[in-house]
Formats: sequence, C-alpha cells, structure tokens
Amino acid sequence: MAASSDRIPPPFPDTEEPGVCDMADGDRDEGEDIFVICSNPVAVSRGVSQPDNVNEQPPDLFREDEEEEASSATAKYNGVHSDDDSDLFAEAQVEPSTDKVGSSARKELSTSSGPPPSSSVTQSPAAMQPSSSLQQLEEEEDEDIFDVDVAVTNPEKIGDGMTAYVAYKVSTRTSLAMFRSKAFSVRRRYSDFLGLYEKLSVKQSLQGCIIPPPPEKSVVGMTKVKVGMDDPSSVEFVERRRAALERYLQRVVSHPSLLQDPDVRDFLERDELPRAVSTQALSGAGFLKMINKASDAVNKMTIKMNESDTWFEDKFQEVENEEQQLRKLQVVVDSLVSHRKELCGSTAVFAKSMAMLGNSEDNTALSRALSQLAEVEDKMEQLHQEQAASDFFIFAELLADYIRLLGAMRGCFDQRVRAWQRWQEAQSTLQKKREVEAKLLWANKPEKLQQAKDEITEWESRVTQYERDFDRIGMTVRKEVLRFEKEKAKDFKGQIVKYLDAMLQSQQRLVKFWEAFLPEAKAIA
Amino acid sequence: SATLNVDLQTDATLQVDISDALSERDKVKFTVHTKSTLPNFKQNEFSVVRQHEEFIWLHDSFVENEEYAGYIIPPAPPRPDFDASREKLQKLGEGEGSMTKEEFTKMKQELEAEYLAIFKKTVAMHEVFLCRVAAHPVLRKDLNFHVFLEYNQDLSVRGKNKKEKLEDFFKNVVKSADGVLVAGVKDVDDFFEHEKTFLLEYHNRVKDASAKSDRMIRSHKNAADDINRIASSLYTLGTQDSTDLCKFFLKVSELFEKTRKIEARVAADEDLKLADLLKYYLRESQAAKDLLYRRSRSLVDYENANKALDKARAKNRDVLQAETSQQLCCHKFEKISESAKQELVDFKTRRVAAFRKNLVELAELELKHAKGNLQLLQSCLGVLKSNT
Repeated sequence: MAASSDRIPPPFPDTEEPGVCDMADGDRDEGEDIFVICSNPVAVSRGVSQPDNVNEQPPDLFREDEEEEASSATAKYNGVHSDDDSDLFAEAQVEPSTDKVGSSARKELSTSSGPPPSSSVTQSPAAMQPSSSLQQLEEEEDEDIFDVDVAVTNPEKIGDGMTAYVAYKVSTRTSLAMFRSKAFSVRRRYSDFLGLYEKLSVKQSLQGCIIPPPPEKSVVGMTKVKVGMDDPSSVEFVERRRAALERYLQRVVSHPSLLQDPDVRDFLERDELPRAVSTQALSGAGFLKMINKASDAVNKMTIKMNESDTWFEDKFQEVENEEQQLRKLQVVVDSLVSHRKELCGSTAVFAKSMAMLGNSEDNTALSRALSQLAEVEDKMEQLHQEQAASDFFIFAELLADYIRLLGAMRGCFDQRVRAWQRWQEAQSTLQKKREVEAKLLWANKPEKLQQAKDEITEWESRVTQYERDFDRIGMTVRKEVLRFEKEKAKDFKGQIVKYLDAMLQSQQRLVKFWEAFLPEAKAIA
Repeated sequence: SATLNVDLQTDATLQVDISDALSERDKVKFTVHTKSTLPNFKQNEFSVVRQHEEFIWLHDSFVENEEYAGYIIPPAPPRPDFDASREKLQKLGEGEGSMTKEEFTKMKQELEAEYLAIFKKTVAMHEVFLCRVAAHPVLRKDLNFHVFLEYNQDLSVRGKNKKEKLEDFFKNVVKSADGVLVAGVKDVDDFFEHEKTFLLEYHNRVKDASAKSDRMIRSHKNAADDINRIASSLYTLGTQDSTDLCKFFLKVSELFEKTRKIEARVAADEDLKLADLLKYYLRESQAAKDLLYRRSRSLVDYENANKALDKARAKNRDVLQAETSQQLCCHKFEKISESAKQELVDFKTRRVAAFRKNLVELAELELKHAKGNLQLLQSCLGVLKSNT
C-alpha cells in the first residue's frame, strides 16, 4: 500500500461549521461530513476526542506514523485484539437492532451535529476512495446509525399439495427517509429471501462485503410442510426457518452498505416481487459448493499473491480455524439436543410407569407419594422439553448462523485475491502492449503505432483502475471483518446469556417441584 | 453399610458386613466380616473372603431347603457386571488419538468414576443379601450360612455347569406354567387371595418401572456427557486468542464443566435411590411370589392327599399310609401358610420403610443439586452480564 503519510488529512479549518473538513480526496456523496465536529481545532487531524463532542469519537489511533498511539493503531489495524475494540467502541458503538421488539438503535450522534439521520449511513461503496484515511473508515463505522427494525412473523401456508408454500409477513419499522413510510409490511416467501441473497451476492461481494447468507433450502423439511403443517416436526421446521429468516434480514439491514441497496429496499417495501427462479441452485450444499469453488479457483492461481501485509493471511487462517471449531461444537450441541429429546420421552414414559406402580401399591401413604413422584417426573419432562427447545433454537442455531457467516467471510477474502489477480493480469497485459509498441517503433510502422499507443493508454488506465479496486476491496474487507467481529462477539454473548438464563429458570422450577414433593415422601408411614 | 436400607433389625448377636472388596480381572473378592456373640462360632469376630458364586451357592441352598419353603428367601445379588464399563474404557483407549489430551484425561476420569460406582453398587448388593439373611430369625441359624461366614477356605463351589443350568431353566419354565395354573385357583383365605392379586400386579409394574427408570437415567447420563464435550469445545475456542469473546467462552466453559458434574451426580443419585430400589423390589417381589407359589403347590399336594385318602378309604386299602401322607401335607401346608403370612406382612413393612427412606433421600439430593446448579448459574450470569 502506498505510504500513508499521503493520507493524513490536512488540519481542520478553524470553524464551527460542521462539514467543512477538507479531506485529501474530496469525493463525498453527501454534502455533510458528519465526523467533523470541529469545535476544537487543536484536536485537529486527530479529528476526535473533543471534550464536548457528542460523537464520543475514540482518540485518534489510526495514524500510521510514530505517534504515541501508533502501537495501538497497529493493533487496531491487525484487528487481533478486539479488547481494544470494546474500550474504544463501548460508547461509540451503535446498536443495530437485532431484537424483534423494536429496541430501535438509539442515536449516538446527537442531532446537534446537524445532518439528518439518513445521511449518516454513508457507506456506499462508490464513495470509498482508496486514499481515505483509515481514521475516516473507523469513524464512519462508529457513526452508522441503524434505525431500521425488521421482523418476520405469521408463517402461513398458501395453497395445497406440492405447489404449496409458506408466506411470511415481513414488517419494517424505520425513521429513515429513504423508505416510503415509517411502518409497513409485505408478504414474502422463502424463495424471495433467496432471490435477494443472490442479487446481493452478485453486486456486493465484488466489493468485498460479507453478505449474510439465508438459511439453507430443505427439501425434506418443506415436503413435510406441504403435506401438513400440524405435526410437531413441521411446526419446528417452520419456526426454525422463520427465526433464521428474521435474523438474516436483521443482519442485512444492519449492514450499512447493504441497506442502501435498492434491492433490499424493494424487498422490504414492494407489494409484489417478481418470482425468483434462479434460486433453484441455492440449496445448502449448493451454497457451500459455491464458496468452495471460489476457493479452489483461488488456490489454482498461477501467480501467487505476495502479501505485503500479513493481516489478511493471518485473518483468513483464523477464520478457517474458527469455522472448524464451530463445526465441532455444532456436532456436540446437535447430540445434546437429541439426547435431551430422548430424555423427554423416557421421562414421560417413566412417569406413567410410576403412576401405575402407585396405583398397585396397597399402602395408602406410599401409594400417594408414588403418584406425586409420577407428577414430578411429568413436570420434569416439561422442563426437559423446554430445555431441548432452548438448546436448539438458541444455541444450535447460533452456531449454524455463524458457520454460514464465516463461509461468507471466506468468500469475501477470495474476492480480494481475485481483484489482485485482475490487477496483475492487467499489468502483464500492459507490459506486453509496451513491448509491442517498442517493436513497432523499431519496425517503423506508424499506423499500427498509433493503435498500439491507444491500447497502452487504455490498459494504463485499466491498471490504475484495478489497483484502486484492489485497494478499495482490501479496505472494505478490513472494515467488514472488524465489524463482523464486533457483531459476532455481541451475538454470541447475547445468545449464550439468553441460553443460560433459560437454564436458570429451569433450575428454579426444579427446586420448587422437589420442595413440594419432599413432605409427601416424609409423610409415608 | 448397606446403601439400600431394607429396614433390618440388626442386633448384637449377629452382625455381618462387607468390609472390603477387591476387583481382580474377572472376579471380585468380597471380604465378609462377622461380629457375633452366638456360641456357634469359634470367635466373636472374624473375616473370610468370598466370591459371587459362593453367594449364589448359599442362596440356592436356601431355595432348595424344604424347611424354608414358608419364607421369602432373600433374593440373590446380581452378578458383578463390569462388561459395559470395560468396553467403554477400551473404546476410549482406541479413540485416544482423536481427542485432545485434556479431553482424554477428562473422559478417563469419568469412566473410572463410573467403574468405581458400579463396584460400590455390587458390594452393596452383596452386603444387603447377607444382612437380610442375618436379620431373619430362622435363616440366620442356617448351618450353610455359618459355614459361609466362618470357613476360611475356598468353599469349592463351582458355578453351575451347562447341564445344571439347563435343569434350572426347565425348572423355571415348569414353575411359571404351574404358577399360572395355581394362580388361577381362587384361594379360600382372603388374605392370601388379596396378596396373590396384589403381588402379581405389583411385580409386573415394578418390573416396568425399573426398566423405564434405567432408560431415563441413561438418557440423563448421555446429556451430561454432551455438556462435558461442549465445555471442552468452548474451552478450545476460548484459548484461541485473548479477546473479550474468548474470555467469555472460557467462563462459560468453566460453568458447563461444573454444571455437568452436578448433572452427573443427579443421574448417579437417581440410579442409587430410585433405580436400584426398584430393581431390588423387583427381586424381592419375585421372591414373595415364589413363596406364594410354594404355598399353592403345597395346597395342591394337600388337596391331592385328601383325594387319595378318600379313595383309599373307599377301597379300604393303604388307608394308614394315605392318612400319614395326608397329615404330612396338611402340616406342611399349615406351617407354610402361617410363616408366609408373617413374611408377607414383614415384606410390606420393609417395602414401605425402604421406599420412604429412598424417596426422602432422593428428594433431598435432587433439591441439593438443583440449588447447587442454580447458584452456579446465578453467579456465572452475574459475572457475564456485568462484563458486557
């Protein structure tokens, strides 16, 4: 990468007006520049940590020169110690609303900063110039305000037999101006969600974004539902899918770039969507195959990439390791779910058996105690049932989501490598063109010479373009990874705490059951 | 010290326990320790070493003794069975390469604990058998029993050979066929009629409950094992790095480790207090049924002797012989009926007491473990929530 010293923005002008900050590159989509609350010009190119700055910007860490925070800056760069993250972003972090219950993200930026919320979501890829400072990148990330709440509810079976499908209600609540109203809902089916993913993949992954993947297709699951939605396994399947679709959408709308995508808006808003047909290919196995195919293509590259910065290699390795670990964990959690269900069944059966024994027993007090025991066991079965659901819907699904997401992340690393490859190939083509020109000069063929010169110009600009693309993807990938890691930490902590809470409730009830039974046992005479 | 209390009247005249046990390859060697003030014994306190087959020999000698027909013969202890446990240990050894050192050590400890638990159980069951005999007013005086307790050489009791086992099998078949026959005959005595009905039904239901409790406890153990593996997996994830999330994983892993230990204890206690109780009463109720069967048999014999006497009188031939025979049968039947009545009353008393003790202990243990789990969860959640 080019020396970052070029990228240090000039000092902020001494003014109270927001939005005057004059960055090295001027291309900004939005007029207002939200992270320049320059009330205290001394803080200058640090651009942050002004005492009365409601932004609560982290102190400048991102300058790659030898200032005192350089070390923590590089730490930030490599993204290894997200411990630092939590310190920095604890307050600056905006909460993308992941709850159904509309806990809309609070706006961390007070409105005194001027620009209306909609402009805070500035991350359209086109605006990302390779020469933006990383400081700017981090700040932009902090500023993103997610004021969109989505929910997927009311699964309803439409039609009958093999052409039946399930329609879900997708509700959105938002204060962003780009939507047609503040609250609205539409009906969508699973293939619509898949269609959205496909569209986004095609467009956005070229930029290095992590596109959240939707839940996989399941022929078995859907066939059961088509036949009838009433049996427990169908109910479970539909609920599992509904919850997964909701999480999928929540992740999409909390991603600053994706939210801007017109396809996303259409998905949320339009009453009718054209039926997505190309989703036939995208089963669970298909999705994985796609990712792996991309990886293979990368591995087969003849020109090996020369990493100037080991961050990407290290990160990629980390991701692969983590994916492996999560898969292992998933296997065990699945085993727990099935054993828990078994325990449910065998407890219920045992309870009945105890009840029968109680009936036979001819000592009255003992007989009653045995019946009470049977009831306790029945209640335990209920507990086990709930615990199994918790194991499944909270823990197992969390793991499944992140295994998919890590796969998507690998995909975006691959995109970056492809971009590099394109750049290198363009360079080598340019080289060849220059050689041709040299030969032509020698051979003195003026007409052909002009063509050669034209081609050189064309390829020169392509090389520049591809280099820029590569840099830009690199930056985006870094940002995405950072963002992803934060999200992941939050998600895991949140879900696991929820899981443990459920366990706690169970134990409390268990205590009550046995406390009630003990006097019955003591009363046997 | 019997874990399965069957409410025995132990007194100073004869106290028996298993003071030690050794597991040697295929066999278990029990040290049977006796304390007695009875004049029958050479010393007041002494020990011998016995193996399972010798317990079976003793039990069978009671069953085959006509004098004891009117008693509930204490059920024989089941054979020590370490096969399953050994198999698991072997599988673990084979799979050593596929897991981390920590996982392996942990699982090994688990299996060793399981092995120890099975061992303790078999000791307890053999002990209960001896205590029951020692507490029985008549059986405790049995000569074979005294030899068993005192003779400090090997009793040279070989296990039954194939032929004998086959004979036993057929005896049981005949007995159950007979049993059905005899069970069909309505008894004139209300007490026995009620007991018969009761025992038949009770035995079947205890059998069912015992099997189902085993299955339930096995599922419980399986779930606890999974939690163990989850804890290991989370630990691995937590040691990848030193991020906040990794620290979180480590804490949760620690919690799961602890909570899993409690879950394993719950399963073990349920096994001991509930499953073992049911198993024991399965065997005891069978022994009670056997008593009823023997009484019915003797009643049939008595009725047959009556018929033979009538025939003899009618033909006026071998009357004296028939009279003697009939008297013997009558006497036998009455003797059995009298002691059987007492035995069955005692059986009920013992049963109620045993259930009471075990159910109370079960409830107390379940409560203790649930509260333990609760506390673990509360304190862990407190820490986790305050950190985020």
